[in-house]
Amino acid sequence: MIKTALIIVLMSLNFTAYAADNPVEFSNPELQERYYALIDEIRCLVCQNQSLADSHADLAQDLRNEIYQKVLAGEKDEQIVTFLVERYGDFVLYRPPLTKNTWLLWFGPFLFLLLGIYVAIRLIKKQSAEKNAFTELDETQQKRLTELLNEDTDRNKG
Amino acid sequence: MIRYLLPLGIFAGLVLIFIYGLQHDPRLVPSPLIDKPAPTFNLPTLHSPGINIHLDDLKGKVSLLNVWASWCVACREEHPLLVKTSQTNALNLYGLNYKDTREDALRWLNKLGNPYIESAFDQAGTIGIDYGVYGVPETFVLDKNGIIRYKHIGPLNKQDIDDIILPLVKQLEQPAS
Repeated sequence: MIKTALIIVLMSLNFTAYAADNPVEFSNPELQERYYALIDEIRCLVCQNQSLADSHADLAQDLRNEIYQKVLAGEKDEQIVTFLVERYGDFVLYRPPLTKNTWLLWFGPFLFLLLGIYVAIRLIKKQSAEKNAFTELDETQQKRLTELLNEDTDRNKG
Repeated sequence: MIRYLLPLGIFAGLVLIFIYGLQHDPRLVPSPLIDKPAPTFNLPTLHSPGINIHLDDLKGKVSLLNVWASWCVACREEHPLLVKTSQTNALNLYGLNYKDTREDALRWLNKLGNPYIESAFDQAGTIGIDYGVYGVPETFVLDKNGIIRYKHIGPLNKQDIDDIILPLVKQLEQPAS
């Protein structure tokens, strides 16, 4: 019991390794915050599913250093991001900008949501239509039904 | 009938998407530098530290810039082909020696042959960053005006050279009409 509780507690703790191999210190905490926010948003192209902050690749180290220098030199976030995008393309951004190449990426999920809503509405309409069809019989159908039922009771009697 | 054909159709559509997706290597990221002027550089040459090589030295002719390093295993794979191709004088092949030591790089060339007219020595890798290099070897084709026309990521094979690089160089060499 204690063991299980311990495992759950340990698993729910979030240990984030920020640029583990080379922690960077700024004298200005605001710059430090910007630096860490930036390297968390930039993809490392060598190990594509890691951010620069997570990656141990040589290139990631170089790029972290480049960003560090630029933050220190007083460059704005947009300037630094543009610098990287000009060289490595939109792919370095975990949140790519909205362009004609990426609109499907951004709006694709909503298209599927609309498709899902459409299918759901159609299904519900169809089902309720079928239900109504059972409850309402016209005159001839009602007559035929009584006949059939009578036939059945007659056979049972016989 | 549609009830049974629809899932089949969706499945077939997915298969087509997967086939399309599997034929694309996610490691090959298209470079934003294509059809843009090559980033300029002014670096010491690998062979003589006192002499610099500048991007302008590559201009005037269609040239190739091959990013390589002695620590790069895949470079070793394409190297014999580069040496062989350089002997035909069909290409103006320059090297960008990336994040290497001079000693290792020179030993590598002495041992395996030097296909390059000249190699620029980018020890810090800053020019590599300007060229958006993320996986050596990479090869850039520059036209006469120093515009990047093509980028190949990873080792070149004979087919790449014969079917893509050589025809492209030939086409770029023709005077603009």
